[in-house]
Amino acid sequence: MSDAPRKAGSRTIRSLYRRPAALKDTPTHYCPGCGHGTVHKLLAEVLDTLGIRERTIGIAPVGCAVRAYYYLNCDISEAAHGRAPAVACAIKRCLPDRIVFSYQGDGDLAAIGMGETIHAANRGENITVVFVNNTVYGMTGGQMAPTTLTGQRTSTTPGGRDAVSTGGPLHICELLNTLDGPWHIERVALDGPAGVRRTRKALTTAFQAQIDGKGYSLIEVLSPCPVHMHLPPVDAMRFVKEQMVASFPVKIFRQEGKRLA
Amino acid sequence: MADRVLMTGNDALGEGAIRAGCDAYFGYPITPQNELTAYMAVNMLRLGRVFIQAESELAAINMVFGAAAAGKRAMTSSSSPGISLKQEGISFIAAAELPAVIVNVQRGGPGLGNIAPAQGDYFQATRGGGHGDYRTIVLAPDSAQEMHDLTFDAFALADRYRSPVIILSDGRLGQMMEPIVLHKGPPPPVPPKPWALTGAKGRPANMIRSLIMEDGALEKHNIHLQAKFKRILKEVVRYEERETADADVLLVAYGTSARIAKGAVIQARSQGIKAGLLRPLTLWPYPHARLRALAPRLKGIVVIEMSAGQMLEDVQLAVGGSVPIAFVGRMGGGVPEERAVLAAIRRFAKPARRRSRP
Amino acid sequence: MVQKRYIVKISGDCCKGCQLCISVCPKKVLGMARNLNSRGHHHADVLRINDCIGCLQCADICPDAAIEIDVEEVGR
Repeated sequence: MSDAPRKAGSRTIRSLYRRPAALKDTPTHYCPGCGHGTVHKLLAEVLDTLGIRERTIGIAPVGCAVRAYYYLNCDISEAAHGRAPAVACAIKRCLPDRIVFSYQGDGDLAAIGMGETIHAANRGENITVVFVNNTVYGMTGGQMAPTTLTGQRTSTTPGGRDAVSTGGPLHICELLNTLDGPWHIERVALDGPAGVRRTRKALTTAFQAQIDGKGYSLIEVLSPCPVHMHLPPVDAMRFVKEQMVASFPVKIFRQEGKRLA
Repeated sequence: MADRVLMTGNDALGEGAIRAGCDAYFGYPITPQNELTAYMAVNMLRLGRVFIQAESELAAINMVFGAAAAGKRAMTSSSSPGISLKQEGISFIAAAELPAVIVNVQRGGPGLGNIAPAQGDYFQATRGGGHGDYRTIVLAPDSAQEMHDLTFDAFALADRYRSPVIILSDGRLGQMMEPIVLHKGPPPPVPPKPWALTGAKGRPANMIRSLIMEDGALEKHNIHLQAKFKRILKEVVRYEERETADADVLLVAYGTSARIAKGAVIQARSQGIKAGLLRPLTLWPYPHARLRALAPRLKGIVVIEMSAGQMLEDVQLAVGGSVPIAFVGRMGGGVPEERAVLAAIRRFAKPARRRSRP
Repeated sequence: MVQKRYIVKISGDCCKGCQLCISVCPKKVLGMARNLNSRGHHHADVLRINDCIGCLQCADICPDAAIEIDVEEVGR
């Protein structure tokens, strides 16, 4: 996003990147290097680029991102843990010309809220789900989440997650891809600048689909959680690139309503 | 004579909701209220309004949260076990001060229980079944007509106080057909809802939330809520009285139990016993004051419930031991019989003369 | 021929010193400032602006939208 070029003799100054207008000025509470901040920024950019901030209603999850309404400058409602898709569906049905997104973490979406996740997708509800997968419950101290990697250490898998007693990481995109309802399902990763650009593009695709009334879209964003990955931010980003992507392939699963192989 | 139509309580309530301007209904199958969900499916879709059969009662109450957050009139209905699943959602709705109507067509409990009528959810409804300090207005119909009429009051009260309102019914009221007069006229007026989430166009962004972490802020919010509940206590109490002017034995009952009590009053009066009935229409706020006012003249009170005795405690609270109380109760879907009520009345007052044929 | 000069502005207060921008800058333009910002974080700083090629990777990767970038074009 950039402002109009400013003339100064033959010298012009053009802005190449600005903090998105849809992002409030308050600095976030997220930990240094946390992917939520990045997703908020990209989400705000998309709201600006598509010109939909004033008719967008967001649902914040229970989790680190519950405070999204302090950062995103659009109408936002909290939802009980796991119930954001239900809240979002109702709002969209009541206000079909508004843009509605459900912003959720892995515990919210894939553990307690799995029922709501699957049924909103199965109904093909014309909403956009922004699913930030950082493999742990962040706000509550880094417990195992449905997407915790096998062998990954968390406060509730001190010896590393073992498949025998806890099962393996849960693949939401693949799961929802078996349903007929969804229009767009894509997984991206905040594993570097290219991954960020790809996330921006994916979010734009999803929100554009909703604007066009095409139906349910979900973007799963593999995201670093430095504190509970016990890594400094740069290494956490590498963890996403090397460990998470290996377990969660980055690709488009559903495009324009059609399953991709 | 106004035109009367024969309807089950469930259908009467559904029609009431539609005429009261219900914009969005979210249901889930559970006996004995399925007819209400089916009624809404037919009519809400016919009128182009929002209807979703949710994946669970828990999802349904959160859909009510969403619709209410969007400034719409929203309702859900269920029966006892389903209402238990909705308690967290109701606490969130109360905390976020959203208007909503929740219908409980009670069935036998606890657990899966049975599908017979019961009143075992009284505490849950009147004391707040979810977490935190909150109360919900609870309305108690005792006929198909009131299932219809009280729905208007429910939506009006929900909007006026920005609060969840529970209509506490039961399987008999829901399933039984009675002649009713359909409400004419417009729905209760919808107040302006500047707080609603409609898109921050030309105004700052709105937030609907109940996570309030700033130091002392949640207590301040609770103080605000308690002030509202006090206002409700003062402004919303409703009850029906029958033959209480000279009564020395007072029956206290609501819903189906009150229908039985009405018969018992007639029978007792025919035997020369001065019996009367106080029937709360609002179970919260409860008519404690009225009961306290009647107490000095009474030889005894007979409380009738389809439970182990829950409203009983509100009666005890009201009269504080100043009047002996007899309890006639049936559990597990059992329905109290008039004979048992008459026997309880006679503990406090003997028939004036031989039993005469009415 | 248009000569370009890039202007990279890092908001000291938004920055939390996560160093992601430093790690992705292909030209090692950025580094850590010695002082603390108002929230007690060491924050990133622009050390070698002349080497900047305007790839925007730092702005892209920043989780706090603390980096804004302009380009000054001098036409002949």
